[in-house]
Amino acid sequence: MAQEQKQKPSGGSGDESSAKGEGAQKLAKKGEKLKEEMDALVDEIDEVLEENAEEFVKNYVQRGGE
Amino acid sequence: MAIPKVMGTEVEYGITVRNDRDFDPISSCVLLVNSYREDHDAKILWDYDQENPLADARGFQVEGEKYTPNQQENIARNKTLVNGARYYVDHAHPEYSCPEVTNPRDLVIHEKAGERILEKSRIEANGLLPEGAQMLIYKNNSDQKGNSYGSHENYLMDRRTSFKQIVEHLMPFFVTRQVYSGAGKVGSENRAQPCDFQLSQRADFFETEVALDTMVKRPIINTRDEPHADREKYRRLHVIVGDANMTEPTIFLRNGATALVLSMIEDGIIKPSFALRDPVRAIKEVSHDPDCKREIHLETGKRLTAVQLQREYCELATRYVTQSSDLDPSYKDVVEMWQRVVESLERDPMELVDEIDWVAKKAMIEGFMERKGVDWGSSQVRLLDLQFHDLRPDKGLYFLLERQGRVKRLVSDEEIDDAVYEPPEDTRAYFRGRCLKLYSGQVFGVNWDSISFGIGDEPIKRILMAEPLKGTKAHVDDLLDTSKDAAELVRNLRA
Repeated sequence: MAQEQKQKPSGGSGDESSAKGEGAQKLAKKGEKLKEEMDALVDEIDEVLEENAEEFVKNYVQRGGE
Repeated sequence: MAIPKVMGTEVEYGITVRNDRDFDPISSCVLLVNSYREDHDAKILWDYDQENPLADARGFQVEGEKYTPNQQENIARNKTLVNGARYYVDHAHPEYSCPEVTNPRDLVIHEKAGERILEKSRIEANGLLPEGAQMLIYKNNSDQKGNSYGSHENYLMDRRTSFKQIVEHLMPFFVTRQVYSGAGKVGSENRAQPCDFQLSQRADFFETEVALDTMVKRPIINTRDEPHADREKYRRLHVIVGDANMTEPTIFLRNGATALVLSMIEDGIIKPSFALRDPVRAIKEVSHDPDCKREIHLETGKRLTAVQLQREYCELATRYVTQSSDLDPSYKDVVEMWQRVVESLERDPMELVDEIDWVAKKAMIEGFMERKGVDWGSSQVRLLDLQFHDLRPDKGLYFLLERQGRVKRLVSDEEIDDAVYEPPEDTRAYFRGRCLKLYSGQVFGVNWDSISFGIGDEPIKRILMAEPLKGTKAHVDDLLDTSKDAAELVRNLRA
């Protein structure tokens, strides 16, 4: 059983090694989509992130616990 | 035959009050915990008589003073909830100990219910603060300045399994499980090697292999021998090496995989020794390697990556689950996820961006850095790390990912909301929670393994609950239905 799992080809690395035209295009598209998604996320983060980061982080001091 | 892995977690939260020059963590914690209201308003003691945090699993009693607060302080700092949980002030942190559950899926539900209870009380507490002040709560383990607070797991174990056995097979597992159970952290602390980002919030703080301490010279394996159950039969393994996790899959796999390894240790089926040459050093090396490629030294001279070591445990566990018919069905999901996660970690950890805390956090921060042109040293990046753990649904960055469907869920919001008020039905937490709901005015004191009643002028009656799997709904619903008050309950119990 363990052997089988080890031999299972992985989609990702297969694509990379045989980076022919189609595969590369697919990857580029995927990369683009990821970038768009990340942009959207960063926009949302901008809306909620606390202001004065330096001050905020500096003021967060805890006593050790447990 | 391994005994059922009854489990629970204790999460200490970070707390701060913004715009309050006189911020005092302890009084803020007391305010927070007392701002949480359930239907009843009874003043119930936490029963410290039963506690013994200085007993060492290696067979001795450590000298030291046991903490026993006076009655007023006790009531102000401890709340036992109708869902069977304990919500209290531990040193300078609010802490939520979830009720005992029987499987990792229920654990996710009840740990998440804890977050909602903290958030509810935070909102209430804010109403009592001076204008402009605002209380904030973080489910993390460090203030990025060298102060750490814990997130502990507990697992019921068979007393017959020697502690030595446990240590031998658990150490390599604990050093390496952070590849999927780490909550991620920007930078390093506690004089550890500098780094940009590491897998675990806690790894920098472990300084010794095995010991009783939890606050200084923290050990990878904690020896506290306080079973909160029949001590002839059980141990409670008190795990202090984990992170406070946010994503449901991380919590599920953390507790599920650990429970399986403990069951396998009890059944004596982990034969190979993966003993590490230097666990304290290795735990930091693994944490400081987000590529998950670094090899660590085994005592045999062999070198393996943390992921390879996890694969070894995972393969044993997969076989074990196939052969054990009486395990909770959720363990099938545990091994499936575990295998998949190990494969992804070997290929590219970033594949786990929607499941594993540290990966989700790292991807989010890197996306932000790229767009803003800032680096790991920027205070905005440190803020992202902190705010990932903020409990406010509208501000917390984990909750932002959740809202946007960027992280996988394993349980429903309804299940979590129910667990705020309903105890698990299949452990003694059911009896505890129901007694608090039905007879709160007559409950005098509570501990994990007992509940005592003050009925009129009679002496206090303590009911022991030494068996974590008794006092379930199936066991006690008839009894509770036929007992209209605690006096009747006690009488019916004697009958």
